[in-house]
Amino acid sequence: METQPTAARSGAAFAPRAGVALALWSLLALSLLPHALDALGQGFYIGFASRVLVYALAASSLNLVIGNAGMLSFGHAAFLGTGAYCAALLWTGGTTSAWILWPAAMCVAALAALVIGAISLRTRGVYFIMITLAFAQMLYYVVVSLKVWGGDDGINLGARPRLGLAPGFALDLADEFNWYYLCLGILALALWLSGRLAASRFGRVIAAQRENEIRAEAIGFPVYRYKLILFVIAGAAAGLAGALLAAQNGFVSPKLMHWTQSGSLMVMVILGGVGHRYAGVLGAGLLLGLEEILSAYTLHWAFWVGLTLLGVVLFAPRGIAGLFSREAAGR
Amino acid sequence: MTGILIIEQTLNGLQFGLMLFLLAAGLTLVFGIMDMINLAHGSLYMLGAYLMASLAAATGSFLLGLVLAVLATGAIGAVLEFMLLRRLYERDHLSQVLATFALILIANESVRMLWGPQQMMLNAPAALAGPVELLPGMPYPAYRLAVIAVGLVVAAALYLLVTRTRMGMRVRAGASNREMAQAMGVDIRRLFTVVFAIGAMLCAVAGAMLGPLLAVQIGMGEEILILAFVVIVIGGIGSIRGALVGALLVGMADTAGRAFLPILFRAFLPPEYASGIGPGLASIMIYLIMAGVLFWKPQGLFPARG
Repeated sequence: METQPTAARSGAAFAPRAGVALALWSLLALSLLPHALDALGQGFYIGFASRVLVYALAASSLNLVIGNAGMLSFGHAAFLGTGAYCAALLWTGGTTSAWILWPAAMCVAALAALVIGAISLRTRGVYFIMITLAFAQMLYYVVVSLKVWGGDDGINLGARPRLGLAPGFALDLADEFNWYYLCLGILALALWLSGRLAASRFGRVIAAQRENEIRAEAIGFPVYRYKLILFVIAGAAAGLAGALLAAQNGFVSPKLMHWTQSGSLMVMVILGGVGHRYAGVLGAGLLLGLEEILSAYTLHWAFWVGLTLLGVVLFAPRGIAGLFSREAAGR
Repeated sequence: MTGILIIEQTLNGLQFGLMLFLLAAGLTLVFGIMDMINLAHGSLYMLGAYLMASLAAATGSFLLGLVLAVLATGAIGAVLEFMLLRRLYERDHLSQVLATFALILIANESVRMLWGPQQMMLNAPAALAGPVELLPGMPYPAYRLAVIAVGLVVAAALYLLVTRTRMGMRVRAGASNREMAQAMGVDIRRLFTVVFAIGAMLCAVAGAMLGPLLAVQIGMGEEILILAFVVIVIGGIGSIRGALVGALLVGMADTAGRAFLPILFRAFLPPEYASGIGPGLASIMIYLIMAGVLFWKPQGLFPARG
């Protein structure tokens, strides 16, 4: 997107040290959340909170592509679904260890991202949006049409995988507390890694090509290869999110790959504030939280979610993170 | 026997392709002139179908219902453009995606509130309910022929509007270079409200005519919207002629794939696999065509921009 200034610079809006402190405080608050919910007698919401964390991982991986690299991928659900289906198929094949299921899901999703990215990244702008959408829809129809993979109905898993930590000891993932902390740990690790990635030489080249691709190429960076690598990393992370989602829900269905799922992930990123390091987390929390709260009051919650999103577009064009960013106030 | 099947499926493909064209024509102009990604275009199609189902039942006349539904959807489109969408033209694609995705949610929920969650029944008019014998031994539903006829008439009218009128000239100027057209004195903003309303009316025609053939239900717009996007990308964004060619290509490919691929697969696969894979592959084929076009001719088959 050569002409579109993204909001990514706001990632630097916090001074580094303040950013670390804020991150650690947020992590502490999130660690205490399940206990607080439990104490309030709202233990039911721990599962919901875990779901938010998993979607936050998926949306954060998309934020790498959209925010850091400026590539508007409209097919990210393909990788979410690939990961979920890979884990589900291995599970029905008799594999129960998370140490095999999840890395396998990441590898297969990364492979899908490599193939899709290698072709799609040759196009620009709206054509990139459309071709990523096309590939995601292809995978969606593959899954829908394969009756052996459950077709429209998807696959039921029944239980969560086994996560062995030491010989003879496995973390009980059926326990909602354990599951929550696992998801939180994975998300925190992923965010830390993506922060490191953005600050690395690799990340700076990615940012440079976002601002001016031709110039970055002229300087001599192999821009295409860098973008492809980033796309594959994001695909792998989305694949992990898919595998986690499969384990969390106990089932997978083609809906995971439908274009509206790609749309929701994109909405989360935009809602959070494109390019802000925590856009995925903020957006996932906000969108899913909004759905959850509104659905308690009205059958027609989607109507109000839609109105809220419209309000964000019109009145907070840089997303929620943009509202708090100092730079936004200065402009 | 196979000859009849082929003619029948060709007609079905033509019929589906023409309806896709009606959807894609509005979308391609919105996309081409204003560089605006409008995901809510499918919602106008859904609204058109629902309005048609209600108005046809209320007036007791298919034709009257059609006219009223088309006018009403056109009015909704104009209001939507005037109130909301024109604020988005200058914004980036991300904002447009977010806003129009929000519109999908709002439209679907509004329909659920007003009409309820069930499917709507919309019957073909009684005069067209039966089959006609096109060739000896080849009956074909009269209503589908009517859909083809309506599609052809509307496509021809649109062609004349775009190529033979002053307004069409301005639209083409806008699609090929918006800034230049503005500099030459075309009031793109006002023109565009009209274009958007016409696009909405075309959506309503497609929704109303397809209503008796497909289900009138919530979410019907989301499936066909993506097909319409595929059509305009294949044809070239902003090109009406491209939209027509793309729509016929996609309509034919989809229909033929659905009809013939299962037969083909039955030859060497067990039937339980063949019945599922056939239609799936037909859908995949469309996206393959689009990916191929994007890869080899990134501007589409008929690039609109000079």
